[in-house]
Formats: sequence, structure tokens, C-alpha cells
Amino acid sequence: MSFIIDYYNYWIVVFLMMAGFYIVISANNLVKKVVGLNIFQTSVFMMYISIGKVTNGSAPIVAEGITTYSNPLPHVLILTAIVVGVATTAVGLALIVRIKRAYGTVEENEFKDKDDLI
Amino acid sequence: MFEQHLLVLPIVLPLIAAPICILLMKSHLAWVFATIISGLSFFISVDLLFATLEQGVLNYAVGGWESPWGIELRIDAASAIVLSVVTGISTLVLVYAKESIAKEIDSSRHTLFYSAHLLCLTGLSGILITGDAFNLFVFLEISSLSTYTLVSLASDKRCLTAAFRYLVMGTIGATFILIGVGMMYMKTGTLNMLDLANRIAEYDGNRTINTGLAFILVGVSIKLALFPLHMWLPPAYTHAPSAVSAFLASTATKVAVYVMIRFIFTIYGAEYVFFTMDMDIILMVLAIVAIFKCSFMATVQSNIKTVLAYSSVAQIGYMILGISLVSSTGLMAGLLHVFNHALMKGALFMAVGAVFYRIGSVDIKAFQGLGKQMPLTMAAFAIAGLSIIGVPLTAGFVSKWYLVTAAIEQQHWIVAFLVLIGSLLAVVYIGRILEAAYFKKPSELTEGKTIKEAPILMLIPMWILVIANIYFGIDTSLSVTAADTAAQWLTQSIPEPFVSIPSVVTEETIK
Repeated sequence: MSFIIDYYNYWIVVFLMMAGFYIVISANNLVKKVVGLNIFQTSVFMMYISIGKVTNGSAPIVAEGITTYSNPLPHVLILTAIVVGVATTAVGLALIVRIKRAYGTVEENEFKDKDDLI
Repeated sequence: MFEQHLLVLPIVLPLIAAPICILLMKSHLAWVFATIISGLSFFISVDLLFATLEQGVLNYAVGGWESPWGIELRIDAASAIVLSVVTGISTLVLVYAKESIAKEIDSSRHTLFYSAHLLCLTGLSGILITGDAFNLFVFLEISSLSTYTLVSLASDKRCLTAAFRYLVMGTIGATFILIGVGMMYMKTGTLNMLDLANRIAEYDGNRTINTGLAFILVGVSIKLALFPLHMWLPPAYTHAPSAVSAFLASTATKVAVYVMIRFIFTIYGAEYVFFTMDMDIILMVLAIVAIFKCSFMATVQSNIKTVLAYSSVAQIGYMILGISLVSSTGLMAGLLHVFNHALMKGALFMAVGAVFYRIGSVDIKAFQGLGKQMPLTMAAFAIAGLSIIGVPLTAGFVSKWYLVTAAIEQQHWIVAFLVLIGSLLAVVYIGRILEAAYFKKPSELTEGKTIKEAPILMLIPMWILVIANIYFGIDTSLSVTAADTAAQWLTQSIPEPFVSIPSVVTEETIK
């Protein structure tokens, strides 16, 4: 039991990761696929933020009487990754808008019959 | 003063130039500007290549922050070779693009094309130059995001679904790499590649490190389209504008192969990956299946761009096969094939783009009887095709020769034999197209029409690549020396350790 409680943040990461991955694979609607991709990426952000925590560490701001600080670097890294994630979502949604215009639908099974997607 | 900043220029130049391309408004102005920037990057890269062949490694601390604290830029012979290929092909493709995109991309989007092309070049150069694992992920995403945009620029609506599929697969791949890098950081507390290499050696067999390796290898395999993770590649290359296909086929996957080499040989160490984790068997089997399955797929397609796309996946199989042979010769053959394949696939896609320019189709029927009507284009296609097959006196022969030599050196007789059989399949799929071009009568697509030779601006870059194919097939001194130096450098033992830094930031380190 303590195996689950002590590492609850990592269990959340694993759950979100699998949920997002499953949506990407199974969803028929392209917008849902992008949402799934987002959840998948968010789980990785949580993993990075989790590893920045140091036992008994305080926020990484220099202050009187505090000797141990949490590691701020993973947070900074993940800021970059969040920007990358937002950019990916933007490109994905822009593509969906153009797909909707060209095919008249964003449901994958509906245009697969009309057009040879390979 | 200027010399010491040379290393950062292949990233900074195209990055600054990309938005300027949009601001220039006029298509031809953006074309001239982008070509000049790309050409400058190429000269700098060649200069860096010769510098690394003499000195070994060049370092640059971004913003003056010493490694391993700051982001370090680092270039050795392996990255310098691939960098020269990428910037060189980019310049040739840009010269070619002016005429090509006039027919394939809506004129209001021309400046966007040049801008996205330069951003993609920024990302690819960044991957090759950086010495920091997380930075590598960021550059990978810069190049990937601009690639999705480039693919979606074509006028055929099927490019949109191809780009979307590429985006989904590419993002999953990149996120896998991010997870892997995170796991390495979790254990070692560092992101600098050399520092990582030293610290990973201490955690031999740790489960977190092993899982990180698995995530990274799968992620990179998606990016480099290793069979069976290649499903995004054929539609993307088929429906992208020809100039984009030529650029991506000869650079993007090659850079991903470089990333795999970097992670296996520099960070994790060949001994750990191949002997402790036994990755060589997995990679070898996948590479051989890729060669056969995708070469076979190439023989049954009627769209020539799809043929070339499947052929690309098969050729990537040869590169991975070289890596999986676990020897300096094998790695050298793989690197050499990265270099040579860029030359031949670039030329082939350019020739197909020229056919599309004149006829408006890339179906095999459009090629019938073209040997007489577009003699220069088809001659270029024929020579580059022979190079894919691996006929002597072409570049393709040299890399296949070293690959077979490496396989025999390692006593893998069956592998050597399979490489030769794989080349026979290439004879079939290239031969079909050449037969149509030279021995068949024009089909209904071209019958009775006079078809002119492709414009000179398309022919020049195409023939530069074709001549390079022949040149590097006869005089191998430059390419083989560079690939050999790179392979020697990568397979030697890990260099001296860095000063240790604590993975937890304490008050002392802040002061």
C-alpha cells in the first residue's frame, strides 16, 4: 500500500500518460486526438516537476536559516517543454481547421472512405 | 574574435533570417535572402568540418556559462559531416525551390515557405551542434514543427492529413525522448552529454537508466522512421511539395540517425547498449526487415514519390544496420551512407519534382517516354537511381561496400548476403521507372504534347548532386576520411570526467 501512497505523484503521471496515449490511438475525432496528445505531454510535465522536489527542501529562493532548497532546474526545463506543447497544439489545431475546410469533416472514419489516405 | 563564435552561427543565422523572410513580402526577395543565408551556413559548416578533422572537438559555452552548468555547444567530426550535408542540401534545395514551389504552393504562401524552411534548418543545425540533451529535444521540436508546416503547404488536400499524422507520430516520438531525458536527469542530475556519459557509467544496470534508454530509443526510432514506426513517412513525403520532400528525405531522417548515434555511442556507451542491453540484435533485425519489407513496398507503388519514400525507409535500414554491427567499420559505413544517401535521394526527389513541374503528375505513367523529352532530368534520375542500387563508380557503391565489409568482419555472413539481396530489390523499383522512361511509348498523359526540359534553376542543383554522387563514388578520400575519423572518435572510450557538481542546489553553490 505504501508503494502506492509514497509514489502517488508518479502513479498520477503513469495514469495520465496511458490515458492520453490511449486517446491518441483510439479517438476518431481529430480534435480529441490533439487533446489526448496534450494530456500525454502534461503527464511528462508532472514527472519533471516531481523530480525537482528535494526532501525537506524549501522553495529555491535564498533566505535566512534555510540550507536545503528544491531543485529549480526541472521547473525551468518544463517551462520550455510547455511552450513546445502549446506550439504543437496550435499547429495541430490549425491543421484541423484546414482539414475541416478541405474534407468537410474532422472524423477520421468519414474521410478515410472518400479519400485514399495510404 | 569572429572565429570563436563560428560554432553558434549555423543556428543563429537562419533563426534570425526566418522572420525577416516574411517581412520581405516579395517571394523572389525572400528566395535570394534565404539562399544566401543557407549558403553562408554551408560555408561555415565546411569550415567547421575541416577544423574538427584537424583539432577533434570544438566547444562553445552559450552566454559564457561554463559547462556543465550552462548549455554547451559541441561539434566533432560526426556532427560536422552531417551538418555540412544538411546545410549543403538546404542551399541546393532553396535554389531549386524557386521554380518548383511556383507550381506547387499558393503564391501568397511563398514567403512562409522560405521562413519555415529556415526554421527547420535552424532546428536541424541545432540538434547537430548542441552538447546538451534537453537542448537537443528543443531543437528537435523546432525542426519538427516547421516540418509539419512545410508538409502542409502543398496544394493537394491530402497533404493535410499526411501532415496531421506526421504531427501526431512526431509529437509522441519527441515526448518519448523528453521522458527518457527526464529519467536520465532524475538519476544523474545533469543534462550535459559528456557529463551524462560519465555519470551513467556509475549507475550500471539501474532500472531508471534502462527505462530512459528504452524511451529514448523508441522516440528516436519514430523520428528516424525505423520499421515498424515508419508509417508517417510515406504519406508525408508523397504529398509534401517536391522541394520539401527533397529537403526532408535527405536531411530530417539523417539528423535523427545522428541523434541515435549520439545517444548510443556518446551518452550511454556502445558497450552498455549493445552488450548489457542487447540492443544490437533488435536493431539489426528491424533494419533487415525494413530493407526487405519497404524495398518490396517500393516495387508495387505507382506514385513515384511513394516509391522514393519507401526506398528512404529501406535505406534508413542500411544506416541502422551499420550501427547495429557494433564496430568502428560498421559505424563508419552507417555514417557514410547518411552522407551518400542524402546526395542520391536529394537528386531523385528533385528529378521527380521537375517531372511534376512539366507534366503535373508523378504517376509512373507520366514517366513513360520521358527519356527523349526530358533527357537531362531523366539522366539525372538514372544516375542517382544507379547510386541507390549501389552500382560501382557511384557513391552508393562505396557505402554498401563498407557495410558488407563490416558485416564480414563481424562474421555476419548472412547479413552481408542480405544486404546484396536488398540491393537487387532496388534494381527492381528503380528499373521499373527507368524502363518506363526509356523503353515505353508516351502514355495518354503526355501523348502528342511537346514537353520541354525542366528550367535551368531546377537542373543546376539536381546535377550538382548527381556529379557529387559520381565524384564521391570515385574519389572517396574526403568522405571516407571524415566518416572514419568520426567513427573512431565515437567508438573510443569516454573522455576525462568533468568536475562533479552536486545534484541538489545548496546555499554554498548559489554563493
